[in-house]
Amino acid sequence: MEQEITLKKESQPLAFLKPLVVKFTPKFQKGDIISSLKKTGITIVSILLFLGLWHLGSKALYNKEAAYKIEKALTEQGQAAADAERACIASGDSSCQPNTLPSPAQVWSSLQALIADHKVITADKAAFVEKMAETNIKLVEQGKDAIVYTGRASFVDIVLTSIKTVFAGFLLALLIAVPIGVIIGLSPSLRSAFNWFIQVFKPVSPVVWYLLVFMIVKTLYIGDSSDNAFVISFISVGLCAMWATLVNTAMGVSSVDKDYINVAKVLKLGTFQKVFKVILPSSLPLIFTGLRITLSVAWMVLIAIELLAQSQGLGLFVWEEFQNGANDSNAKIIVAMFIIGIIGFLLDRLMLTVQNMVSFNKNEGV
Amino acid sequence: MSTASMTKPITENGILFPSKVMLDLSKLKKVYSTPKGDYVVLEDLNLQIMKEEFVTIIGHSGCGKTTMLSMIAGLNPISGGNIAVLGNPVKGPGPDRGVIFQSPSLMPWMTALENVLLGVNQVFPHATKAQRKDIAKYYLHKVGLDGAFDKKAIELSQGMQQRVGIARAFAIKPKVLLLDEPFGMLDSLTRGELQDILIEIWNKEKITAVMITHDVDEAIFLADRVVMMTSGPRAKIGDILDIEFERPRTRKSVLEHDDYYTYRKHLIDFLEH
Repeated sequence: MEQEITLKKESQPLAFLKPLVVKFTPKFQKGDIISSLKKTGITIVSILLFLGLWHLGSKALYNKEAAYKIEKALTEQGQAAADAERACIASGDSSCQPNTLPSPAQVWSSLQALIADHKVITADKAAFVEKMAETNIKLVEQGKDAIVYTGRASFVDIVLTSIKTVFAGFLLALLIAVPIGVIIGLSPSLRSAFNWFIQVFKPVSPVVWYLLVFMIVKTLYIGDSSDNAFVISFISVGLCAMWATLVNTAMGVSSVDKDYINVAKVLKLGTFQKVFKVILPSSLPLIFTGLRITLSVAWMVLIAIELLAQSQGLGLFVWEEFQNGANDSNAKIIVAMFIIGIIGFLLDRLMLTVQNMVSFNKNEGV
Repeated sequence: MSTASMTKPITENGILFPSKVMLDLSKLKKVYSTPKGDYVVLEDLNLQIMKEEFVTIIGHSGCGKTTMLSMIAGLNPISGGNIAVLGNPVKGPGPDRGVIFQSPSLMPWMTALENVLLGVNQVFPHATKAQRKDIAKYYLHKVGLDGAFDKKAIELSQGMQQRVGIARAFAIKPKVLLLDEPFGMLDSLTRGELQDILIEIWNKEKITAVMITHDVDEAIFLADRVVMMTSGPRAKIGDILDIEFERPRTRKSVLEHDDYYTYRKHLIDFLEH
């Protein structure tokens, strides 16, 4: 997580880091420095407060579960067993630790374990590639497929898979929703023709979209042994998330300022010019608001869909850790939770930056 | 001053040759249907505007001035009667009738130059890119926006935006220029500046102009004739006042002219009665 934070400091559009940037820029007024210091201070205090409350909460839960374990040993097996249990818990032995909400420290060490694990796997992979290099050259020469690494995916690979899925889904949503939105925005009759469709399908849950896509893709992939989990999950994500963009685009296009339309009429612009020079630019702010919602919805439904589709992403990771029930599983789930939250936040900022770049009226990020 | 003779349509007097008529409104009627029945905004409205004439139209709010102008522009369908430009009936909007709207109506995502070019490209499709750019730049220069060619419209002040609006309208070389209270939203200082700019370009181009205004002084300063409309419903031309100041005019010479206050009183009397 440390690395994430330093990364963020360097990219400009992240407004919440402005206080930090401002602090080191001499041309600002004294008042600015004080107010930005204040803002940064408040943020730090609130983070510390959050960590403190979390620590206390997890400690209370830990103690409760430990007390229950000792009590259980006492009633079922007598004093000696209870003492052994207490000693075992105090020693930190993993076999008898209470399994509850992990503390911030546990989550932190889990993160480090995951990173270390990533390094081991990367080294493994590199060694494997090196080892197989000669064999693979021969195989390719013989016209056969090269042998690729099929070992366990590291946490970083998992996160990358998730990001890839979201972007593929987002792109699909964009390619479907924007053109259709523009067309139904331009034509009131098409708008009423499509309205029932949008109203009916918009509220459908991610799980149902997944099942629908699964039915179709499964049949399309008959006879193909390759893994279709990624395809199924990104299509489901795209279909779930595209509605905001569709509705916003249609609304943006149908509600272009009457003055602009009048100007286009007086100048007798052709349909193509009218759409590309007047209507689309003027509806860009609404289209981008839609796309921003789409991206955040895509990221939200991703977890559930990856879980169902067995796609090697964060959704499956969280579910497998939960099923696994190992000693550090809970901590890993919390790590995944933070990673999901932070990436979601960064994606939103990214969209906001793009939106501000292409739109004529600047939006302030919330 | 021959104000009395101008109250009737000019052709009835048989003074002018029809070929000098640029814009001819005859028996113009506009009806809006409402749930409570038809609402007649304009009825039996006759007006002829000559080539190279600057006409201002004055009347109470809601009397149908803007309706009339948008019908001339072709943006609002005609319920009855006729509008003809050089004898050709108006059928929808077109660049032969340039419009300067009340709000500048620039595309905010385009630069000042792009906004003017939008029209120029449309009207001069056979000119080279450089030529079209030169036309646009010439008019932006004329309205005093030399340094702002590449500024986004949204970054310009209201007054500067309306300057671009003026440049855009003149640059497409329309036969008729329609101005719908173009300076109504500006402060009086900026309004004065823009009136000067407008009349300066107009002196050079002599494009037939019809301008709606609420401002009596503006109406006198700019116009060859001030057309007064009666209050609606069933609004029509109430009175027409010839303004016989020489052109080119300056604000000072107009204000110091002996007839100025007579004109002014005439208009105010009409509006107040």
